Amino acid sequence: MSLVDDTATPAPAEKPRHRPARIPRTPMPERDAAVRAKDFEEVTLGYTEEMARAEASRCLQCKNPTCIEGCPVNIDIKSFIGKMIGGDYHAAVAVLKEKNALPAVCGRVCPQEEQCESRCVLAKKGESVAIGRLERWLGDFDLACELEHRCVPEVGEDSGKRVAVVGSGPAGLACAGELRRFGHSVTIFESLHATGGVLTYGIPEFRLPKHIVQAEVGLLEEMGVEIRCDVVIGATYTIDELMTEEGFDAVFVGNGAGLPMFLGIPGENLNGVYSANEFLTRVNLMRAYEFPKADTPVWRGRKVAVVGGGNVAMDAARTAKRLGAEEVFLVYRRTEEEMPARKEEVHHAREEGVEFKMLCSPVEVTGKDGWVTGIVANTMELGEPDASGRRAPVCVMGADFTIDCDTVIMALGTRANPLLPKTTPDLELSKRGYIVTDEDGATSKPGVYAGGDIVTGSATVILAMGAGKRAARAMDEWLKGAAR
Amino acid sequence: MFPIVHARQLSDAVFEMGVHAPAIARKAQAGQFLMLRIDEDGERIPLTFSDWSADEGWIRFIFMRVGKTTHQLSHLGVGDSLADVVGPLGVPTHVEGLGRVAVVGGGVGTAVAYPVARAMVAAGNEVTVIVGARNADLLILEDEFRALPIKELIICTDDGSAGRKDLVTAPLKELCESGAIDHSMAIGPAIMMKFCVATTKELGVPCVVSLNPIMVDGTGMCGACRCSVGGETKFGCVDGPDFDGHQVDFEELMSRQRVYNDDERLADAEYHKECSCHS
Ligand SMILES: Cc1cc2nc3c(=O)[nH]c(=O)nc-3n(C[C@H](O)[C@H](O)[C@H](O)COP(=O)(O)OP(=O)(O)OC[C@H]3O[C@@H](n4cnc5c(N)ncnc54)[C@H](O)[C@@H]3O)c2cc1C
Ligand code: FES
Repeated sequence: MSLVDDTATPAPAEKPRHRPARIPRTPMPERDAAVRAKDFEEVTLGYTEEMARAEASRCLQCKNPTCIEGCPVNIDIKSFIGKMIGGDYHAAVAVLKEKNALPAVCGRVCPQEEQCESRCVLAKKGESVAIGRLERWLGDFDLACELEHRCVPEVGEDSGKRVAVVGSGPAGLACAGELRRFGHSVTIFESLHATGGVLTYGIPEFRLPKHIVQAEVGLLEEMGVEIRCDVVIGATYTIDELMTEEGFDAVFVGNGAGLPMFLGIPGENLNGVYSANEFLTRVNLMRAYEFPKADTPVWRGRKVAVVGGGNVAMDAARTAKRLGAEEVFLVYRRTEEEMPARKEEVHHAREEGVEFKMLCSPVEVTGKDGWVTGIVANTMELGEPDASGRRAPVCVMGADFTIDCDTVIMALGTRANPLLPKTTPDLELSKRGYIVTDEDGATSKPGVYAGGDIVTGSATVILAMGAGKRAARAMDEWLKGAAR
Repeated sequence: MFPIVHARQLSDAVFEMGVHAPAIARKAQAGQFLMLRIDEDGERIPLTFSDWSADEGWIRFIFMRVGKTTHQLSHLGVGDSLADVVGPLGVPTHVEGLGRVAVVGGGVGTAVAYPVARAMVAAGNEVTVIVGARNADLLILEDEFRALPIKELIICTDDGSAGRKDLVTAPLKELCESGAIDHSMAIGPAIMMKFCVATTKELGVPCVVSLNPIMVDGTGMCGACRCSVGGETKFGCVDGPDFDGHQVDFEELMSRQRVYNDDERLADAEYHKECSCHS
C-alpha cells in the first residue's frame, strides 16, 4: 500500500499560486560550541524573519498534508505555514494556538524529527520543512508582541463549573487552557514555588529559557486560569477535600513522574552522587549557577560521570560542563544507536566536549572520606532484542574497568511519586504506581481525570499536552452531564 | 506571600517565628515539617512545626541562626512576609499506644520535641521529657514543657547552669535501665541522636529519631534527602522524617549534611559583607 504517496502529492495550482522554493533546508543559527559550553544562554538562536519566510516557502502546501498526522495534537501545519508564506504572522499564530498553547516551548523541545517532520513529503530526501523551527519562530513572534496584540485564545461563556488542576507541567497547563475555552473556571495547584513542571525544573535554561516558559504560562493567566503555587495535593489538600470542602466539580491530575530512580549499587549515597532531578533542580529551578547571588549551592565537580542515555542525561552532562567540569563522561550500557535522547541533543553534547563511554554498566560507586572517587563498571555487549525492541546489553567482563570522577549523576529515569495516590485510596494505579485511565483520561474515581507522565511514565512534552487536552474535552462532557 | 504574624527571640541564636498559612495549619501534625523560601533568590529549607493553630490559621517553627538563610530569617519580623511556605510534609510522628515514653530534645530539636510530647500525652501515653542544651541561656521552651501534663521534665546542660550537668544520654540510660520506659524518641543534632540510639539499643528500648537531611523540594522529587535505614535507601522527606533509630546509618547522614559546608561559609561571608545590621 502506498497510501502516503497517493495522498501527499502537492496541491494542484490554485490562485494565488504558491511556488515552493527549491532551496535547501534553512540551517538553525547556533552559538559556537566552545563559547556556549561556558554559559547558560540559549544554544540555538532561532531564525530571523527572512530565514523563517525562506523556510516556510519550501513547504509544498500538499493537498493532503501528512505532517499533521505526525503531530500528537494535530496542529494544522499546512495552514500555519501557508499564513506565514502570506506574511500574516498573527493569523499563523492563531492557527498554532488553536491546538497548542505553548508553541515557543514546543518549537524548542519537541522531537519533530520523529513526529511531523518525519511525515513531511520532503523528508524522503532528508530535507523536510523545518516545522519545529517555524513553530518556534511564530511562538517567539507572539511573545515579542505587546500584550494586546498577542494571541490569547478566546474564553468560553462561564459554565459555573470549577475545575482543579494538579500540577503546572505541560499536561496541567494544556488541560487548564482548554477548560477555560469551554468556559469552566480553573485553578492550578502546583507544589513547587514556580510553574512549568519539568519545563522549569528539568530542562535547562540553555535549551529552554525560563522567561519563555513563564511568558507562555502568563498567557494562560491572561485567559483567567488561577495559579496557586506552594500547594501539595495529597498534603495541603487531598483530592477528596478539593471536591468536597473546596467546592471543585472535577479534578485533573497532571503531577508528572517525578520520583528519581537509582541503580541500587554500593556507594550511591556518597557525597557527590546526584539524581539528575536534584542536580537539574538545583541548577534550573534554584539557579545554583548564580550562587552565591542565588542561595542554593551545587557541588561543581571537575570530573563528572553521567549515567544514562536519554535527554535527561544529555541535559545533565551539558549542565555539568557549563558549571566548569573539565571532563564529563556519559556512561551508557548500550550503544549510541539505542540512546533514547534526541539526535540533536547528542550532537550538541558531543560538540560541547562530552565524552561518550558506551557499553558500560556501573556496578559500584567508590569513595573516600564520604566523597565519590570513581565508578567501577562492567563492559557490556549487545545481545538479543528485549521487550523494548532494543538489543539488550549483556555483561562480557565483570567489574573490569573504572572511571575516575568526583561527581556521579544518575539519569536513570523516574517513577510515579506515591505522595498523592497514598491519600486517594480509590484511585486505581498500575503495578508500577501510575494512574490508570481510559482513553479520555478518566480515572477510576468519578470526576477525576489524569494525564501526562503520571499515566504514561516519562514521555514527552507534547504527549503530556495532548493528554491534558483530551482530558479537558472529556471533562467538559462530564461536567455538562453532571449539570443535568 | 506568607505574612509573618509572630517573631520572638528565644535565646542568643534561637528564634521562633509564626506565619499565617491557614491551609497548612488545618493539616499540620506533630513531627511534620514545612519548606520555606524567603525570597526570589532564596534556597528552600525544611523546618519542623513547633506549634500551629487551625482555628487562627497560623503555624510556628523555631530555628537556630547558623547560615545565611537563617541569619536573614532572624532579621524578619511581624509585617514582613515569606515568599513561599509549603506543607505539611513528611509522615506525622507515630504517637498512639506507645505506653511509657521518653522524648529527648537537643538544641533546636527541642522545638520539635514539644509538639511531639504534647501529641503523645494527648494520645494517652506517659511521657518523660529530657531536654539538652549547652547552657541555661540556650535552653528553650521550658515553660511550655512544664505546662504539659507530663510525668517529668529533665533538663541537662553541658555546664550545669541549669538542671543536671550531663549529656541527655545519662538520664535516658537511667530510664532504660530502671525499666521506666517502653519507648523513646530522640530529636536533635545527628550526633546526639546517634548516641541516644547507642544507649537505647544496648538496653533494648526502641528509639525513633527525626532525621534532618539536606532537602531541596521536600516532596520526593530529588533524592537529596537520601538516608540509609536498615541497609535500604529512604527519602527523608517522604518516607520520614521519623525512622527507627536503631537502623539508621548516622555516619552517612552526618557526612551528607556536610556536602555544602564550604558553600555555606561563602554565602554567609558574602551576606555579612552586604548586611551591616549586625556584627
Ligand atoms: C531533564 C528533562 C529533559 C526533558 N527533555 C524533553 C524534551 O526535550 N522534549 C520533550 O518532549 N520532553 C522532554 N522531557 C520530558 C517532558 O518534560 C515530560 O514528559 C513532561 O514535562 C511531562 O509533563 P507532565 O505535565 O505530565 O509532568 P511534569 O512536567 O512533571 O509536571 C508535573 C508538575 O506537577 C507538580 N506536582 C507534582 N506532584 C504534585 C502534587 N502532589 N501537588 C501539586 N503539584 C504537584 C510538579 O511540581 C510539576 O510541576 C524531559 C524531561 C526531563 C526531566
Ligand atoms: S528533598 Fe527532594 S526528595 Fe526529599
